[in-house]
Amino acid sequence: MIQVEHLHKSFDETPVLKGVSTTFQKGITNLIIGASGSGKTVFLKSLLGIHTPDSGEIYYSRLRLNEISKNQYTQLRQEMGMVFQGSALFDSKNIGDNVRFPLEMFTKLSHKEMNHRVNEVLERVNLHNVNSKYPSEISGGMQKRVAIARAIVMNPKYLFCDEPNSGLDPNTAILIDELIQEITKEYQMTTIINTHDMNSVMQIGESIVFLKNGFKEWEGTHKEIFKTDNEAVTNFVYSSALFKKVRHMYIIEDQQN
Amino acid sequence: MKYISAIGRYFMMIFEVFRKPTKWSVMKGLIFKEIDELIFNSLGIIIFISFFIGGVVTIQTALNLTSPFIPKYLIGFATRQSVILEFAPTFTSIIMVGKVGSYITSSIGSMRVTEQIDALEVMGVNALNYLIFPKIIAMFMYPFAIAISMFVGIFGGYMAASVGGFAPSADFISGVQLDFIPFHVTYAFIKSVVFAFVIATIPSYFGFYLKGGALEVGKASTTSFIWTSVIVIILNYFLTQLLLG
Repeated sequence: MIQVEHLHKSFDETPVLKGVSTTFQKGITNLIIGASGSGKTVFLKSLLGIHTPDSGEIYYSRLRLNEISKNQYTQLRQEMGMVFQGSALFDSKNIGDNVRFPLEMFTKLSHKEMNHRVNEVLERVNLHNVNSKYPSEISGGMQKRVAIARAIVMNPKYLFCDEPNSGLDPNTAILIDELIQEITKEYQMTTIINTHDMNSVMQIGESIVFLKNGFKEWEGTHKEIFKTDNEAVTNFVYSSALFKKVRHMYIIEDQQN
Repeated sequence: MKYISAIGRYFMMIFEVFRKPTKWSVMKGLIFKEIDELIFNSLGIIIFISFFIGGVVTIQTALNLTSPFIPKYLIGFATRQSVILEFAPTFTSIIMVGKVGSYITSSIGSMRVTEQIDALEVMGVNALNYLIFPKIIAMFMYPFAIAISMFVGIFGGYMAASVGGFAPSADFISGVQLDFIPFHVTYAFIKSVVFAFVIATIPSYFGFYLKGGALEVGKASTTSFIWTSVIVIILNYFLTQLLLG
């Protein structure tokens, strides 16, 4: 579980996060949504410790991020997995070495044990016989899978995903969403996904935080988002005619039941 | 103010490079890879340039020593002094700033814009140590490249003198051996070690702290080339004053 209290962050005196408080639960997919410039990425990077908040608290289980020692912080970082928007695979390493990288850096496993673990997680994300290929030789969807494999290879407690669906076709996007959700349940991780993909919101939004102009505007689940009267949320989520229709049908169906 | 802040950040970067080292088993491989990339892959251009620069120095010296009272062996002497003291360590370093420096800035800068550096940091890796330390260590091999440059430069001068008929081979060789001061080679190696550190770290700084996208990677490579060259030229002046003055 990750708990955030009154988080503030500014860049060059421009406030980006304005007192965000929320809790991300373990074993479910927690989504952060909002328009571009709403502060989603800064929020995610603040949780990761890439940005230092101006004020506010972040708790990882019972660990308060502000007051932990450097050793505890290093240890904590090894319990985090991150799937970046552009996958962020190391161009100079092949797929096997990309996934092996955290193991080489932080474990004392033998070469054989590392290979076994690498193959295990690559198979878990449905990738076979790609170990010797380079990131530039595989598709965007496969790169995302490799990024997920690299993120989970150390059995992390926390998984962060920054727009994991961006640039993917709808089918692959759904597969990636489902994979992340399955892995979250299987590994009992606290998963936080930063997205503005509405399919993801409807499919895997077990807990959703909606940010607007640096504030937490709304919080709920994908079922509640259909019914919400919050104008900012409905304007954002149901901006397309198709989603407006889907919402309308959902409300009618719900009333009939 | 902007420059002072950049200088401060550069020295803080250097401090961080030596803090929290990467596992030796991983670092070892990185160092060998960088030696191959930064030193061995540069030997071709170093040899090519040194050979022709040595030749040009010889021809220009010969053409300017027209008086019959000046002995021909001075062509060999002037070539040796020019190549050892200046052309090999400084001229080659400026070439290396262009080749190696641009490579370092663009490779680290590309890692920055594609979030690969963020990925390292999220994993808990000291990205500065992981990326820059092996380059610094690899560049300590740079004096070997300079030694090759010295040899090839003088050889280029010898070829120009003998093939072009500017000086008899025996005169040129005796000029090369005339009044040889071993400290001049030490001076050249001291300079090359300092330049090597500068060539490894300043371009890394420009790549690591880059903000923006692909266009900024190109701009950073150019800025890095300018600043690294300026620092090399300034340090060359002070080191010469300090060591030979």
